[in-house]
Amino acid sequence: MGSPTKSAAEHDDGAVGRRRFLTFLVAAPTLTLATTNLAPDGIGTAAAEAGVPGLPQPADIMDLGDVLILAGTPTAHLLVLEVTEDGEAHFELPRAEVGQGITTAVAMLVAEELDLPLSKVRVRLADARPELLMNQLTGGSNTIRSVYGPVRRTAAAARARLVAAASTRWDLSPDRLVTRDGAVVAPDGRTASYGSLTGLAATLPLPGLTVKPKPESEHTLVGTPTSRIDARAMVTGTMRYTLDLDVAGAKPTMVRRPPTINGTVRSVNNETAVRAMPGVIDLAVVPTGVAVMAETFGQALDAKDALDVSWNDGTVDALSDADIRKRLRAAALPFVVPPLLTRHVDAEFDFAFVSHAPLETNSAIADVRDDRAEIWAGLKSAIVAKQTIAAAIGLPEDRVTVHVRQSGGSFGRRLFFDGALEAAQISKAMARPVKLMWSRIDDMRHGRARPATHHKIRATYALGQVLTYEHRVAAVETDFRHGLGEILTATAARLPVAGNLSFAQTVFLTTVKVPYDFGVVTELLNEVPLKMHTASWRSVYSANTRGAEEILVDELAKRMGKDPVAFRRAFLKTDRQRRVLDKVAAAGNWGRTMPAGFAQGVGFHDEYKSCTACLVEIDARDPGKPRVVRAVIAADVGRPINPRGLEAQLLGGLTDAISTTLRAGLHIDRGLPLEGSYSQFHYARQKDSPTDVRIFIMPADGEPGGAGELGVPAAVGAIANAYARATGTSPRSFPINFDVDFTPFPR
Amino acid sequence: MPTYTFAVNGKTVTVDAPADMPLLWVLRDKLGVTGPKYGCGIDVCKACTSHLDGEAVNPCVVPVSEAAGRKVTTIEGLADGDTLHPVQEAWLEEDVAQCGYCQPGQIMAAVALLRKNKNPTDAEIDAIQNVCRCGTYFRIREAIKRAAAKM
Ligand code: FES
Ligand code: FES
Repeated sequence: MGSPTKSAAEHDDGAVGRRRFLTFLVAAPTLTLATTNLAPDGIGTAAAEAGVPGLPQPADIMDLGDVLILAGTPTAHLLVLEVTEDGEAHFELPRAEVGQGITTAVAMLVAEELDLPLSKVRVRLADARPELLMNQLTGGSNTIRSVYGPVRRTAAAARARLVAAASTRWDLSPDRLVTRDGAVVAPDGRTASYGSLTGLAATLPLPGLTVKPKPESEHTLVGTPTSRIDARAMVTGTMRYTLDLDVAGAKPTMVRRPPTINGTVRSVNNETAVRAMPGVIDLAVVPTGVAVMAETFGQALDAKDALDVSWNDGTVDALSDADIRKRLRAAALPFVVPPLLTRHVDAEFDFAFVSHAPLETNSAIADVRDDRAEIWAGLKSAIVAKQTIAAAIGLPEDRVTVHVRQSGGSFGRRLFFDGALEAAQISKAMARPVKLMWSRIDDMRHGRARPATHHKIRATYALGQVLTYEHRVAAVETDFRHGLGEILTATAARLPVAGNLSFAQTVFLTTVKVPYDFGVVTELLNEVPLKMHTASWRSVYSANTRGAEEILVDELAKRMGKDPVAFRRAFLKTDRQRRVLDKVAAAGNWGRTMPAGFAQGVGFHDEYKSCTACLVEIDARDPGKPRVVRAVIAADVGRPINPRGLEAQLLGGLTDAISTTLRAGLHIDRGLPLEGSYSQFHYARQKDSPTDVRIFIMPADGEPGGAGELGVPAAVGAIANAYARATGTSPRSFPINFDVDFTPFPR
Repeated sequence: MPTYTFAVNGKTVTVDAPADMPLLWVLRDKLGVTGPKYGCGIDVCKACTSHLDGEAVNPCVVPVSEAAGRKVTTIEGLADGDTLHPVQEAWLEEDVAQCGYCQPGQIMAAVALLRKNKNPTDAEIDAIQNVCRCGTYFRIREAIKRAAAKM
């Protein structure tokens, strides 16, 4: 009898197969997920010794993660878990795996709840499932927070049914049976493997079966450091990313893009010559440029480069960095508190655009026919992708199948599905299956980027207290058109913000908060709409906003005559926060004497019910070539599922912070980024990375918080603060070393 | 079109291809060897790192004609059947990979380094140029040291 083999699972359509056995579609039992998450975390526990307590900020009451959970609740239990005849559990995860290790964490939850070895759990990324409504978005550090309960309850239901099947077979009461190592075990030692029970378990009528996940105190796998379930495929080169798939007839395709962002094709001047080039199969003009299909990517690349195209203007042709900076400065809202007689610290900061630059460039496979279409791509908002693609190619949604592929990094990039949409448009235009790859240069210049921002901060203080704290952020508009607007609209009545706020302002207020008791706190965002390709970049507004704040905190401490760690300690709101700070200060030997040109720096951050501190040591003897040589990080995420994976996320956040604080950014010059590869966009390499990194995960206590983006902002602050102390400067513009030290590629 | 014969992971292959076609596309598009990844195409990111007669090369800039009569090893050819190379083992033990996309190249670079230098210093490890956009550098460093100790 057929339980699906692995290769069959690769190609099935995500629906419940006919020949599967114990397959559950657990209907929503409308549990109390949303309300349990509403309590502001840690507020009011342990008042700070010194700070003037402020009112909770919106993100203290309900953060973006809570919003996503709330929007997803009606469909949170529409999960598919299958127990196969060979005793494996196959779980379909309606999220994207982009390197964050979510399939491993979810496999651990399933294994734990089913008492099944981890090696017997398979996690497959679900196809786009529109019936999940708003519950197939991977973002906001939200996956574990949103699936922790539902996955455990689903697996617990499976276990209860398997136990019930054994109880029927043996005529023993279910409460006399236990589960162990993939089998149900009777008191007399008889065992029945899950595989042998799955058929019976699927057919048993079990009205009133009550299901409760294990108490967390009984977890033996969840919470222990565990290696990635897909690591072996990665180190042997057998992991299949989108472009490694062999989809029948799908041929290598690349697009010649305009010389400025959003330019369009006026005319192709040498189509005949290019069509005659070796290997070229087809050519088509699409909204984003001129697509060329060839037998190999090498030939597609040559043909695309050989094209002679006349272009219409783009949407920001006249814009360069200087104009953007001017507009941002003008857009920053005014402060409320005049400096007058109070003592105060004012500071302004600028952050450049930053490419997401995942190592796997934008790519997709599309096979569009007259009456149906099939798409393969790494997609973090698969449902919106499916809906948009269906509309663009003129097919009903249910005729478009969208497969979510594991992909080579995202950092926010794959919230957008422009590659998949473009591949579908090309496939329709050429009437052939298409394997689309963006060149690195195009990925950096025409891909997405974190918007540039400008920050004004003012803090007033007297008698050892911070009285007011104001932060005004002006940002180039962040594109959230990947389903977030719908989610915010659906949850509008519950949002802890008032007034006629834009979506962006709502995202800002539900993600950014000051972790310190700084009296009257206001943080406001104002956006400058520019028609460029932007997207959330790991930690959305927080890397810049909180990073700048952590720099100001050091300057404020200095002004008030306090040590940076002691100052933070005094003003942090909770003991939980102080514990992670204390941890890095002790483990990192805070305050030790450093040689000239070296310095320590510290930063702190709190988001999505988690908090972290970072202490770094920098070697800035040559201020033009600084290197972070040592880092100590501590994080409290409430309940770590896989501490090893969590450490990887924090390490990634640290490297992102090293890169974007010191050297990596995009220069915009007359409507296009100058940077076109990693030789120009200076993301860190091994030589820029510390040789000593220690990461501490605090013991479990409570519900899981968000962790995927947590690591960036504290590290940005720590690195900038270390650089400032080592060099005696006050960095205000990031990345700090940002010369155009290269010859740009031709447009 | 000229033909070229060379060995890929111990198997002799013959391909029809223009002399200047980069080896990367011969491997990926003509031979279906997809372990080496495209990340830049211009010898910057090193995601495609493979070995030519045991030396690390970047097939995105090696014309296929240069491979003629030589031995190409990609990540797929590193293990001996089910027995992983010590560097691959070290990579598993340190749980290095995040998205994994750079890791075939990182591993091939590390193997080439360790072949020349049994006990690389931090400064020598620093010389590895391969980009890891997920920022796994510290674990890569630890894995190289672990592999060195094993070998
Ligand atoms: S693809 Fe070969 S070095 Fe980047
Ligand atoms: S693991 Fe993702 S690029 Fe290195």
